[in-house]
Amino acid sequence: MKKILEVKNLEVSFDTYAGEVQAVRDVSFDLYEGQTLAIVGESGSGKSVTAKSIMRLNPEPPVRYKGGQILLNGENILEKKEKEMQKIRGSHIGMIFQDPMTSLNPTMTVGKQIMEGLKKHQKVKGKEAKEIALKMLRMVQIPNPEKRFNEYPHQFSGGMRQRAMIAIALVCNPQILIADEPTTALDVTIQAQILDLMKDLQNKIKTSIILITHDLGVVADAAQRIVVMYGGKIVEHGTTDQIFYESRHPYTWGLLKSVPRLDIKKENSRLDSIEGTPPDLFSPPKGCPFADRCEYAMEICKKRMPPQFEVGKNHYSACWLNHEQAPKVENPIKRA
Amino acid sequence: MLRYIIKRLLMAVATLWVISTLTFILMHALPNDPFTDPKLKPEVKQALREKYGLDKPLSEQYVIYMKNLIKGDLGTSMKYPGRSVKDMIKTSFPKSFSLGWRALVIALVFGLLLGVIAALNHQKTWDYLSIFIAIIGVSIPSIILGPILAYFFGVKLGWFPVTVDKTQLSLVLPSLTLGLSSLATISRLMRTTTLEVLGQDYISTAKSKGLSKVQIVWKHVLRNAIMPIITILGPLFAALITGSIVVEKIFAVAGLGEYFVSTIWEKDYPMIMGITIFYATLIILSMLAVDLAYGFIDPRLRVSKKGGK
Repeated sequence: MKKILEVKNLEVSFDTYAGEVQAVRDVSFDLYEGQTLAIVGESGSGKSVTAKSIMRLNPEPPVRYKGGQILLNGENILEKKEKEMQKIRGSHIGMIFQDPMTSLNPTMTVGKQIMEGLKKHQKVKGKEAKEIALKMLRMVQIPNPEKRFNEYPHQFSGGMRQRAMIAIALVCNPQILIADEPTTALDVTIQAQILDLMKDLQNKIKTSIILITHDLGVVADAAQRIVVMYGGKIVEHGTTDQIFYESRHPYTWGLLKSVPRLDIKKENSRLDSIEGTPPDLFSPPKGCPFADRCEYAMEICKKRMPPQFEVGKNHYSACWLNHEQAPKVENPIKRA
Repeated sequence: MLRYIIKRLLMAVATLWVISTLTFILMHALPNDPFTDPKLKPEVKQALREKYGLDKPLSEQYVIYMKNLIKGDLGTSMKYPGRSVKDMIKTSFPKSFSLGWRALVIALVFGLLLGVIAALNHQKTWDYLSIFIAIIGVSIPSIILGPILAYFFGVKLGWFPVTVDKTQLSLVLPSLTLGLSSLATISRLMRTTTLEVLGQDYISTAKSKGLSKVQIVWKHVLRNAIMPIITILGPLFAALITGSIVVEKIFAVAGLGEYFVSTIWEKDYPMIMGITIFYATLIILSMLAVDLAYGFIDPRLRVSKKGGK
């Protein structure tokens, strides 16, 4: 498979009056053609900043790219000028956002909003642009596209708006679709529809997807590879099966345990949660960012940052438990 | 749409009735009447009061006035005998109007421009410059600003005439004086709303399509940021076109502005009533225009065909 995107040792910081916030620290991953990569983590883990860095959508300043590279088809995005970025945004990379209720311009018809990127990048005009926009509306399964084309976002329901957002993001056939929590603001039945639609479209137009979410339940079915982020760092990285069934990181275990499941009966029916709060990224801990909340934490965890241990084929875990001298701890997640 | 407008116009009539009644009561509650000059002989005063019907009980005066008002008769001035109120408004209003709409255009064009530029350069030089202009505009009253402008640009530099004559050029200084505080208000408001819109998610969406900053501002920011400006535009329009006593005194314009003060001073009852009703009508109509304009700008506020919202 062809490698489309390569993120290498990315370091992103926010310069604030109170000091530097190290939002993303030493993050690396690859994205292949036609693949779906999920970035999972809780609020403040750096997943959205990472995704927005790929499109350079973070406001600069306060955001500063301290180090690393983001290679799109071999070219470093972080070195591009704003004018060059405008050519990449929308044409090579499309993005859909978390809240479809606020992500569409309320004073512009949906049709116009779909055609905008098309007119900018592909120089199509008038009738031709409209035809393509209608085709997109049909593709994202919005009924009655001719009528919907001239309607405003407030005349759409939440799920319909997210479909329109997908149409906007995909109208120029981008190589990469970044979906930043695309289902978080939708109700559960609509979530499944949107995820199915994305999968379906991926098969049709062969785009690669970066799916950002805090919900492991969402990625199980959708992603081939998963990157788990915590405190601005990648803590575990592997295939979906590896992360779900052979995870070697206590944070991933905590995430997995906090997904409600129907197939496992427990004596007490309380849903597990991870105690504590994420670290302060103003002054990130010297050691593992998860050490303070980790029930397996050892002396070394607080003192030294764990390296990425290769714990399986293309499966990495940044946890000292994987060191050969560490006590053997069993993965508490049992295969159903 | 038509039903909505008709409904609003009917409401306007009711509003005007309330306003005119209140004004009538308040103005008669003021001590004295137009004919209290001690130099007038008592029998002359008596004759004048009888002539203008001021000797009748107040309720009767009210009924007579309202009856005339419905017929469209605003009466005649008590201080300028023989001149009808309508006639006085007709001759003075165009002078105020010609200053007022220019002031509004100046305030709108430069206010919006300054506000948007300030927001786009948030916390940079242009932003601070616009704050500076806005503070000057708000804090220097026209009674100071007018003479300063007249002195520098009129007397010292000689670019513009200091009094209004028939030339377009002579309207520049008074329009600027009249419009500057509105310009300041508009620029501050526009800056705030533009900043707010720039932080909206749909601006990120627009950016993610690859649009340039200019395209984003032009197509996505302006239309959404301008709504609060439209809201204040109604009353602002009515206030500016009816003139200001200060500006009109400074630049020697025989406009409507002066009457707002002098008629009350002189207790010229029909003029007080006439001007109040005229001003209220202008405000009501411009507010209606604003409400209809909302719909053109924001589709969510469009008036439905049934007449409701």
